[in-house]
Amino acid sequence: MKRAAPALSLKPLAACAALATLVFAAPAALAQDKTLRIAMTAADIPRTLGQPDQGFEGNRFTGIPIYDSLTQWDLSKADAPSVLIPGLAASWAVDAKDKTKWVFKLRPGVKFHDGSAFNADAVVWNVQKVLDKDAPQFDPSQVGVTASRMPTLRTARKIDDLTVELTTSEPDAFLPINLTNLFMASPAQWQKKFDAAAGATPADKAKAAWTAFAADPAGTGPFKVTRFVARERLELAANKTYWDARRTPKIDKVVMLPMPEANARTAALLGGQVDWIEAPAPDAMAQITQRGFKIYSNAQPHVWPWQLSFAEGSPWLDKRVRQAANLCIDRGGMKQLLGGMMAEPKGTVPPGHPWFGKPGFDIKYDVKAAQALMTQAGYSAAKPIKVKVQISASGSGQMQPLPMNEFAQQSLKQCFFDVQFDVIEWNTLFTNWRKGAKDPSANGASAVNISFAAMDPFFAMVRFVSTKAFPPVSNNWGYYGNAEVDKLVADARTSFDDKARDAALAKLHTHIVDDAPFVWIAHDVGPRAMSAKVKNVVQPKSWFIDIATMTMD
Amino acid sequence: MLAYLLRRVIYAVPIMIGVALVCFLLVHIAPGDPLVSILPPDASADLQAQLRELYGFNRSLPEQFAMWVWRALHGDLGVSIASNRAVAGEVFTAVGNTLRLAVVATFIGFVLGCLFGFVAGYFRGSWVDRLASMFSVLGVSVPHYWLGMVMVIVFSSQLMWLPATGAGPSGSDDWAWDWAHLQFLLLPALTMSVIPMGIIARTVRALVAEILEQEFIVGLRAKGLTHFGVFRHMVKNAAPTALAVMGLQLGYLLGGSILIETVFSWPGTGFLLNSAIFQRDLPLLQGTILVLALFFVVLNLLVDVLQTLLDPRIARA
Repeated sequence: MKRAAPALSLKPLAACAALATLVFAAPAALAQDKTLRIAMTAADIPRTLGQPDQGFEGNRFTGIPIYDSLTQWDLSKADAPSVLIPGLAASWAVDAKDKTKWVFKLRPGVKFHDGSAFNADAVVWNVQKVLDKDAPQFDPSQVGVTASRMPTLRTARKIDDLTVELTTSEPDAFLPINLTNLFMASPAQWQKKFDAAAGATPADKAKAAWTAFAADPAGTGPFKVTRFVARERLELAANKTYWDARRTPKIDKVVMLPMPEANARTAALLGGQVDWIEAPAPDAMAQITQRGFKIYSNAQPHVWPWQLSFAEGSPWLDKRVRQAANLCIDRGGMKQLLGGMMAEPKGTVPPGHPWFGKPGFDIKYDVKAAQALMTQAGYSAAKPIKVKVQISASGSGQMQPLPMNEFAQQSLKQCFFDVQFDVIEWNTLFTNWRKGAKDPSANGASAVNISFAAMDPFFAMVRFVSTKAFPPVSNNWGYYGNAEVDKLVADARTSFDDKARDAALAKLHTHIVDDAPFVWIAHDVGPRAMSAKVKNVVQPKSWFIDIATMTMD
Repeated sequence: MLAYLLRRVIYAVPIMIGVALVCFLLVHIAPGDPLVSILPPDASADLQAQLRELYGFNRSLPEQFAMWVWRALHGDLGVSIASNRAVAGEVFTAVGNTLRLAVVATFIGFVLGCLFGFVAGYFRGSWVDRLASMFSVLGVSVPHYWLGMVMVIVFSSQLMWLPATGAGPSGSDDWAWDWAHLQFLLLPALTMSVIPMGIIARTVRALVAEILEQEFIVGLRAKGLTHFGVFRHMVKNAAPTALAVMGLQLGYLLGGSILIETVFSWPGTGFLLNSAIFQRDLPLLQGTILVLALFFVVLNLLVDVLQTLLDPRIARA
């Protein structure tokens, strides 16, 4: 039976509309105060117990502000390379007779946030937390991120209250650089947590103590933790009694918020919810600057390359092919694609860096020279060389891998390269990196695209070129290396004078650039956007930035 | 009735065991190293082996599964590899946040869905029906993460009326039901409500249309009942199905929305899962999936019970 539609009243609908208007029109009292609020790219607050996770973003936000290390990076200049300077150690020297022993003189009068004194005992305790399995404070969860960054450190011994001896497994001039990754946590604060912890065994109690310490940590850094809400926010207050007067914070409070989604970070900045965002959405750069925010960027020691295979049958065995690929990438065009947010590399480190050296091979965009090299090597448009690159669609530090790789693919086509991609999940690609180009996981790829940090000589160069770093030992995925390179590495590792070490590293870098075991495509510039009320911002040529020296209107 | 309930509870047990097995195996089948969050790729082979042993990943899969289930039965879901915090604590905090969001979103979705559904069904064929149907179709069709981004652009970036992200002015641990906190909930809840709203509206519209064609409605009208009286009977008949759909929708929403919670940085289960997946934090991933799956099983059980109470014919069937 068909029935007639009942009479229709619009009153309820109008009421709903009015209510909705009222709700949305109500002015939201979005608190605006002098606190510096930072949106990080991390999905969780990097660990706060002294050895942060989440890569160098962890060191940037929960390492350097809360803790200090024996040596540290100079973050005070934007126009010069960030170099190593004294931190909690005022000076250091290698033992003249036994080059595996180092003596570090500690800075006097430094206190942890809990009021306890920083001294040689604290250094020994912090070395043991990651290297001595029998120490009560040994924490397996901190071992990976720490021990891998100071691979030769073995023991620490107190000489006197302000002197400590560190021992390495072999003579290693890189140790002072590696030590920027060992942050000093307060043994007294940890002990308090240990005494209060529950657990059936000392190991269980230690685990519980570290968890409690992470929520209420004590370092010696310019900021101390005042509030920690897991996965949501970390609140820091200025440490007004900080030992370095130059870096005593001017900002009273800092709030750090994990926001992994670029658009969410951008909206939070534009909506006035935060004052600083890491890595703004690239397509929002114009809007951000139009709305009065400032974009900061600088060349970072963050290399975005193709690492090439030297395994048997690899198309990259001919040096002319490797150099041609380096000459054929239109980096200027790629920079435009990224809205200017990349630097054009001349090697693993930039010109002006103490390790740059004097490479004969100039990495630039020169299609004719590249085509000539390819012709000499026996390739042409009719007979292109086939290369396969293993890449990811996303990943930490990978910038924008798909458009960037596709751009490189198009560029290389004009120089007779037929590039294919094997796109795999980021964690898998990362895991495969250790297995090497000869492993089935490479799936026939002759190059791999994994960006890396070039802060210290081991991570920047040695692990990719030393024959001792062949898989599965380290990241020499492509099995590149020879006796000459190994000698240059050994020279650098055993040059204990800073200048001599830098000179040896410059020779190594020169050799690497000339031999081109990479296609250097881009250097990241670490873009971040800030409110104009944040002043005294220095973005150094580093992964890190110093919050302590900033001010706010 | 009791026998029916007992039968439903017994049916749930093998489902829970299956869920535990599947969620354990799935995360192990996925490629990548479970220690990737704490072990950089440049770590030495010795260090890798040492940590694998310390975390128990050197044991066989059946052994790992047995230990995991045994601990889970004792309420211990292990410790997050990345954060070193207890998984149970992490999951239940996130569940609380998602529950808050899901209940509000379901409520909005249910109210709007029923409103659109009843109106569209009751005024079938009119322009109101077409308008309400358009909203419900939009609700199920529009990608909600896209809608979330649009809402953020309009209400946060441009108008600056509502906050774009977070779960309160100082975190979710001091949540209060006041405007200072609710303004953080509004955008994600509205975004999350569009799918249940669409589904409930479409279901209710079809139900109402079907009920209105039935003879007892003709009888009610013949007895001289007012529109409201007929409407009341119609609502009572449509309620069990609408409730069942709402229960299922609440179950889906309790699972958290990875996309919505990530867009709004809402610290719920979706956000937690996103973090666990990207850090390949196996204990956290397994614990979260297990708890969510068990929630879903329990919720279905509750909906069944509720339906039986509303319509005793179901228990007799």
